Amino acid sequence: MVQAINAALGQEMQADARVIVLGEDVGRDGGVFRVTEGLLEKFGENRVIDTPLSELGIVGASIGLAVNGMRPIAEIQFDGFTYAGLDQLIDHASRIRTRSRGAYSCPLVVRFPCGGGIHAPEHHSESPETYFVHTPGLKVVCPSTPGDAKGLLASCVQDPDPCIFMEPKRIYRAVKEEVNEERYTIPFGVAKGVREGEDVTLIAWGAMVRECVKAADQLEAEHVSCEVLDVRSLKPLDVNAIVNSVKKTGRVLVVHEAPKTLGLGAEIVALIQEHAFLSLEAPVGRVTGFDVAMPLYKLEEAYLPNVNRIVEGVRRTVLF
Amino acid sequence: MPFKSAASFEVKFLQVLNEKGEVDSKLEPRISGERLKQFYEWMVLARVFDEKAIALQRQGRIGTYASVRGQEACQVGSACLLNDLDWVFPAFRENAALIVRKTPLKNLLLYWGGDERGSVPPLGVRNFPVAIPVSSQIPHAVGAAWACRLRNEKNVSLVYFGDGATSRGDFHEALNFAGVFKIPVIFLCQNNQYAISVPRSRQSAAQTLAQKAVAYGIEGIQVDGNDLLAVYVSVQEALERARAGKGPTLIECFTYRLGDHTTSDDAKRYRTESEVEEWKKKDPLARFELYLASKKLFSKEYQSEVLERAQALVDQAVQEYESVPLPAVSDLFNYVAAQLDANVSMQKARYLEGVGAQDVVPVTPVVAPLVKGPANQSSKPGKKRVSLEGSSKADEVPDF
Repeated sequence: MVQAINAALGQEMQADARVIVLGEDVGRDGGVFRVTEGLLEKFGENRVIDTPLSELGIVGASIGLAVNGMRPIAEIQFDGFTYAGLDQLIDHASRIRTRSRGAYSCPLVVRFPCGGGIHAPEHHSESPETYFVHTPGLKVVCPSTPGDAKGLLASCVQDPDPCIFMEPKRIYRAVKEEVNEERYTIPFGVAKGVREGEDVTLIAWGAMVRECVKAADQLEAEHVSCEVLDVRSLKPLDVNAIVNSVKKTGRVLVVHEAPKTLGLGAEIVALIQEHAFLSLEAPVGRVTGFDVAMPLYKLEEAYLPNVNRIVEGVRRTVLF
Repeated sequence: MPFKSAASFEVKFLQVLNEKGEVDSKLEPRISGERLKQFYEWMVLARVFDEKAIALQRQGRIGTYASVRGQEACQVGSACLLNDLDWVFPAFRENAALIVRKTPLKNLLLYWGGDERGSVPPLGVRNFPVAIPVSSQIPHAVGAAWACRLRNEKNVSLVYFGDGATSRGDFHEALNFAGVFKIPVIFLCQNNQYAISVPRSRQSAAQTLAQKAVAYGIEGIQVDGNDLLAVYVSVQEALERARAGKGPTLIECFTYRLGDHTTSDDAKRYRTESEVEEWKKKDPLARFELYLASKKLFSKEYQSEVLERAQALVDQAVQEYESVPLPAVSDLFNYVAAQLDANVSMQKARYLEGVGAQDVVPVTPVVAPLVKGPANQSSKPGKKRVSLEGSSKADEVPDF
């Protein structure tokens, strides 16, 4: 996935001189995960910019750059540091089109590695998607494969409005596939059916998709057929894909790393009851992080949803 | 080993025109008589507008309003030097600057009257909408000026903020960025001594706000903010520096807010009348009148003519403002994104259909189906549920 994101950045920069990359360690170091490796050499220091250690400054300056005709891609080094830029995203980036009645827009991309699973230090394993999804005017995506990462990032860069691109760091190098070398986009708001099934729909995004697939493999042996839906685009959500799958299976489990209360799963459950209430055979289940602070790594595995918890969740749903 | 000096600094203070109207001829900028009169007329217009806006708020004809009274010289003396393609990032007390920047008075009233259309900038003038969260606009000015530089344009950003803003991270991160990258931006701090009720001494233990520039390796100066000429000279110099690629400047305009913080505030709760009276003696308009008089550009007739003209313009603006039709309800949704997503589109459509804000697929309310519905094959025997099997549309109402 690192290579796919790097390729997308390079292709978008090649195609559009307004596209610049800025953030901490993105230049000479190529990013702490090497996502921006080689870009400085290729595009020069006016387009690949090592900034001060200043997340608010990075996002705030990027808003000014975007409003004045550039297409900044701001990297925030880790999920837990996005909060310092949140005010700028909520108060300004997301609403400048509205506030100026269309006179100004903010074509900005904020990318950051998200989620747990790599035994990282404190504040390096957060899943903050709800804050962004809850903010009108932002688009939010979180890919689970290299191919999706490349196409969704291209869509973000080409979009005329601010986009949040979340990179599940535990699958940066763990999920591998051949990726189309051409420049391409994947539209927002289109979920991907990862696996077809009849009995239960598993809904996830990012690193949790892989866990869901593993759980589905295991459940196959127990003659429970699971459909796995990767929503990919957290906002806009592909409500039709979710509803259609629910109408088919009648049973749903939503899986995410973020804490349970008001996690995106809550919205998905609400949408299902609004749009497919009469198709449900059981209450929609959730397997999520707990309503606790993300722990240090000795307890990380206990916090994160895993195959066992997903399988257990499916059993509960099926046996309801 | 003895200590050595690692760094030292000095903060300059600039005044060109003193309270008695005396000018330092060595520092006096060369400005044509016509131009000087224009500055005066802008200041008068801003003040007349201000008085009218406060009255309109009291009458319920606009919402909360932030008065600019006392700070006209800071704003007119700076904004007058910019061209249309330079960027201006106002806080929320910049009506005088926005007037100079060609903003129709009607738009100012629209904004404070609760209508986003007031924030649409005049065509071809790079004015950003008002920023309410204090200091949050400062990084934007850095970014916009940075974009100018990346494209080899000579345009700059000028950002207005107050003394309170210098306590927030946005200010510091923005100045730091600007210093590191030598960005062509002017940080214009109007130190009006109060952030609502909290005095300047509670914002920082530093002797001046201008000296904060030192920490970021940029130029900084404190000027008499009630002296239009001092503001003019300092901004002119900062502009030359910025356009020559020599980086940003922080200008602390030492001034005073003569009015309340906003129409919702009562400044008598936290400052004395005698303090206000002292500052009234330094009124930037009165001082500029003395200067014009010394140039033989001022007379009682001219003064009343300017006042009358300003009043007529403001009256006309009020009339225009009040004849603007209400915004379309669909505007609530129309600018969330260039292209509305399915969710927002549906909320909009439902709202406009009169169904209400709920975005559920509209179904005729299902009345008491709980026990009357036919039992369905449920995973739990004996459990009853309404059957919609075979129905492809969720909005079809089941027939009981």
